This record gives sequence, structure tokens and C-alpha cells, in this order.
Amino acid sequence: MTHGLTDALFYEKVSSFLVWFYVVLAAMNGIAALYVWRTGQTKKWIGLPGGHGLGITNAVVWLLVAAAFAVCAALAGSGMSGNGAWMPSMPEAWKNFIDSNTGPVVYSLGTTVLLAALFVFRRFFTTPAVAWTILNLMLLFLGLSMTDRDFFEIVAKPDNVPIVMLILLLAFFTWLATYRAVINDDRMERGEPPLEKLDDEKVLVWPDLVYIELICMIALTAFLIFWAIALPAPLEEPANIAKTPNPSKAPWYFLGLQEMLVYFDPWMAGVVLPLLVVNGLMAIPYLDFNKQGNGYYTIKQRKFAYLTFQFGFLEIWITLIVLGTLLRGPNWNFFGPYEYWDAHKVEAADNINLSQIWWEKLLGSSLPMPPSGAGFLVQAGHILLREWLGFALTLGYFIVLPPVLALTVLKRYYQKMGLIRFMLMANLLLFMAALPIKMVLRWVFTLKYIIWIPEWFLNF
Amino acid sequence: MPGLGETIRESQIWKSIFRHPMPVDRRNRIVVMLTNFFLHLHPVSIKKQGIALSYTWCMGGVTFFLFLVETVTGVLLMFYYRPTVQWAYTDIQMLRDVHSLGILREIHRWGAHAMVITVWLHMYRVFLTGSYKPPREFNWVVGVLLLLLTLLLSFTGYLLPWDQLAVWAITVGSNMARAHPFLGHEGPGQQLLTLGGVDMITSASDARFALLGAREVGEETLNRFYILHCIAIPLGVALLLAIHFWRVRKDGGISGPL
Repeated sequence: MTHGLTDALFYEKVSSFLVWFYVVLAAMNGIAALYVWRTGQTKKWIGLPGGHGLGITNAVVWLLVAAAFAVCAALAGSGMSGNGAWMPSMPEAWKNFIDSNTGPVVYSLGTTVLLAALFVFRRFFTTPAVAWTILNLMLLFLGLSMTDRDFFEIVAKPDNVPIVMLILLLAFFTWLATYRAVINDDRMERGEPPLEKLDDEKVLVWPDLVYIELICMIALTAFLIFWAIALPAPLEEPANIAKTPNPSKAPWYFLGLQEMLVYFDPWMAGVVLPLLVVNGLMAIPYLDFNKQGNGYYTIKQRKFAYLTFQFGFLEIWITLIVLGTLLRGPNWNFFGPYEYWDAHKVEAADNINLSQIWWEKLLGSSLPMPPSGAGFLVQAGHILLREWLGFALTLGYFIVLPPVLALTVLKRYYQKMGLIRFMLMANLLLFMAALPIKMVLRWVFTLKYIIWIPEWFLNF
Repeated sequence: MPGLGETIRESQIWKSIFRHPMPVDRRNRIVVMLTNFFLHLHPVSIKKQGIALSYTWCMGGVTFFLFLVETVTGVLLMFYYRPTVQWAYTDIQMLRDVHSLGILREIHRWGAHAMVITVWLHMYRVFLTGSYKPPREFNWVVGVLLLLLTLLLSFTGYLLPWDQLAVWAITVGSNMARAHPFLGHEGPGQQLLTLGGVDMITSASDARFALLGAREVGEETLNRFYILHCIAIPLGVALLLAIHFWRVRKDGGISGPL
């Protein structure tokens, strides 16, 4: 999109965006300061020496942040002249550090640790002041990175813009839900009803609800028209079946599935797992026997359901989409956020199958391959012998593990749910866990397939 | 002398359309919800927390509104678009360059992206408030089906501009169908489906062929996706939406603590 632009033209383009971006950030913080002050929520954060009770309040801090963003806006405006030297940017050293230290492993483990920390310390992170600081830092990171051409190229690609919006919206709504859940959990521990119970009185739908709907419709229409004018929808060159783009990507909402292709064959990543996701979602109300937590935000009262869902949604579905969209470049190689998408980047791919590890590495013999033109039974016999370890592990995982779970750690669930519902839940969970397990096996043992049957297109 | 507004509101025509007086007092605010077709989806009164934005996020309503926006802009776009390999790309280009209503396509496309996001957020809220629990289990199932149809709507629409982005995204996406167990010609188990020694599942009869209408993304695919996108899937969505909204009411309205 910025191909063919000189540096000067690029800085002009990004500068005209960043000025408004920082102005909005400054306004946001100014409004926050005003809100804190007017609603009497001012708190002294830093005491000044002198003992007059004077100090820097939160309102002053947000006002200072607003001023800092206003300065950023002015500096970003300097890029209009075509010279980016004064524009606030991420230091080169940091960019290189981030690029050279990120990869699928760091990304996956990093998001896992981050989400786990956000969950464990949710009481701290949902404090409005902390959450507001994090939001400011996220947006600042975006602003500072936009002056990098490679970063801009990926993030500002029209069809990727929804991803950036998705990340910000999810961050906001996850904060909102967790904030309310923490308050509710505290209240219910004290024997008080949840927040949702407080507004129990009934109001008439006209005017209270229909006006909300009307205002939402007008605001949304205005937003869509603004978006449509500000950012033209993508239209690339006319379709050409002979010219394969590199990388070729599915629409962004399917990129989590495309990312799974790194670890599974298409029949798993593209058919079986998506079908299980849909069916698993539909099964949720029939598997969750917990009667608590119906109609209000809570985490403590339904920890198992909450963690399972968040693991599947935020930790797998969303992080894989972000990875697949923003960080996977030509040949589906991993590229850091500031890295040039070099189509010639070569990554070693010396993955190995479990049967190879067993027969070649451990026993030092060759794989028992079926002779060509053999009948079905001879072929099946060879395959069974060749892949016995993979079959044993897979069957053990899906068939032996659920009863073991039922008798040990998940005994309470088994007793409440009964055989069929429990087995269904256990298998859905095991399928969901199969992805991270396969990822770890790939990273640690460069394992390609647990079961490798190319004769039948059956690799697992 | 009554004013003009009053004259209009007292006329036989006005009264035949709006079966209720202006909703200015309590009685008529109730009557309006019961007698107006567009409003009768709502209950007459609702718990205050049920309309609090910090609880509902308004995402279900936003998704429905986006569906309406997509329907209206989509119908208008159909006037200017011909689903053929010869014309599809040119028509989109002309729409952008020539027609003063070129913004229609922008709104349609961005609205589609936004709709996918708002559906997710709506389901996220429903999950986090445990609103799928009895008696609303079945409505959650209907919601999952609506999610699926929303993604398929977006996916089929992706092909229509017939540019590189469109064709290759659909190629990558539909390649998955080739590996469908039993039904894809490169999927596990397909070699079991033979009839008198002849393969039943080939590249000209497998799941991918059914989706594309051909071996590769081409003219037939464009036609197939156009019909799916403009008629088949929207009809399915409309039906499921009706059930979804009806069940919201029948299952006790918006969820809340008991």
C-alpha cells in the first residue's frame, strides 16, 4: 500500500493520521481529568514537601498526560513537511530487540503468561486508574510504531484495520466485564446481592429503551459513514488465477484456523476442529450444570466455565487470529512487527514424525513401509506396525484419559453430569487441548505428526 | 383553529396508520408498544438493569442494526453489480470511481467486518453473564447458528469484488473442503467410498466441488457465492433472527439475577 511512496510522502501520509490520533488521545485524557474532578473522585497520588497538604492529584496527572499527548500531536505534525526526524517514534534499538526476540514460541508463551497474569491479578489490573494507564500505553505503542514503514504496512492494510479495532474493543469489554465481576464477587462474599440486582425497578420501554436504540442507531450510522469516507475499502488488482500472492490468506476471522495448519493437516485444522468448535459452543448450556452466575458478571462462582471459555476464546481463537493476520508473512513465516516481509526468508523445516523417532532414531532401523500394490490388509498391517506408538498415544489420550479424569481430578463433575455428558465434555476439552499440546511438541521435539499415514491422507 | 400538526394527527389517514395516540402519557406509552408493528418485539416495561449499557453492551442490537444496514446497502449494490467474471471487478471499480454513491460499497464492506466483531462481542457478553443458562439454552444454540451464518455471509461476500484479495482468500478457505474426511478428494477415508471399483469422491464430485461449482474458483463459483450471499444465507438469517428474538421474549426477556 505504501509501495512506491518515497519516505517523504510516507511521512506526510502517516503524519496526517497521527496528528488526529494524538489529538484524540489528548482529548481523552483531558476528559478523564475533567470527569475525575467533577465527580469528586480526585485523589492525592504524590504528596508535595512542605506539609501544606498539597499534592499532585489524579486529575492533574491525567491533565499532564493530555498535555504530553498534545505535544506528541504537534511533533507528529512536523512529519507533514516530509521529514520524520521529529515525529515521536519507537527507538530503533527497541524495535530491533522486539524483532529479534519474537517468534511463534515467545508470542504464544508471552500471551499465555500475560493473560494468566491479568487473570490472577485482576483486582489490581481492573482498578480504573491502572486500566486507563494500560489503555494509554497500548495506544501510545500503536502511535509510536506507526512511523515504522513495515509496521504501518501491516496494521494500516485496510482489511487488517478491523483486527486493531477488535483488539481494542476486546481489551475494553474484557476490562468492563472483569471489573464488574470483581465487584460482584466481593459483594456476594459479604452476602450482598450483585450489582445487577440493585436496579430491580421496572421502567417503560417507551421512552427509556427506544431512545437508547435510536441514539445507538444514529451514532452507529454516523460512525459507519465516517469510516467509509476516511478509509476506502480494499480493491486490489483484478483476479488472476495464474498469479498466487505470497502469503495467500483467508479472511481475517478464519486466520486462527489457517494458523492451525502449521500444526495440523487441513482435515483437522479446516474441517474437524472448526466443526468441533461450533458443536462445542452449542453444547455449552447442556454441559454447564452450575446454576450460579445466571444474569450477572461473576468469576468466582463459575471459575471452571470461565477459564475454559477464556482459554478457548482469548487465548486460542483471538491470539491465533492476531498472529495469523499481523505476524505471518510470505511462506507463512513469522515476522516481527517491525520486520520487512522478505519473501526469501528461509526457515529450517526439519520436522520429524513420531514413527521416524521410534524406528529410525531409537531402533536404528528403517520404517516398515507397505510394499507398493499391496492389498488393503497387508497395507493396514504395515501401517499399524509402523505407527503403533502414535495409535497407542492417541487412543490413550481420547479413550483412556476421560475415565481416568472421571475417577480422579474431575470426579465431582462426573458424578454431577453422568456418563454421556461427562464423556462429551471431556472429549471436547481434550480436542481443545490437542492444539497447545501439538504446539509444544513441535517446539520441543520438532514433532510433525503423531500418526503419519500419507497412504490414506490421514496425518494427525 | 387547530394547528397543522394537530390536523394531520386527527385525520383519518394518520389514524388508520398509527393505531395509537402520541405516546406522551403513561397509558399511551404502554399502548404504543402493543399496537405498533415495529415496537411490538419489545416488552412494555423492563427492569432498569436490563437496559444498562454497562450490562448489555448493546452488542446484540448493534449486530441486528448492522444486518439491516447490510441488507439495505446490499440491495442497492445489486443494482450496479453483475456477478460475472467479465463485469464483476469493473462494476465495483466503476462504483468507486463514477457513482456518487460509491460510499455504499465502503459502508457495506466495513459494516460486514464490524458485524463479525459485534457478533463475537455479543456472545462474549452472553457467556460472561451466564445468560445461556436455563431457560435460555436453546436460544444460545440459535445464536451459535447465527454466528455461523454471519461468518458464511462475510465469506461468500468476500469473493464478489473479484480482485486478487477475493479470489485467493476464497481459494485458501475452500481448499479446506478438499481435505474433508470422506467427502474431500484429498481427505482421509475418501478411498473407502468406491462403487464397483470406481472412486465416488474425485476432484469433480467432492465437497470442494459442491462449494465452488467447479474444480477451481471461477465463473460458477462467483454465481454460486452470489446466490448464497444475496438470497440463501440472508433468508436463513432472517428466519433464525425471528426465532432468536421471539425466544428472548418467551424465555423471560433479557437475563438478570433471579
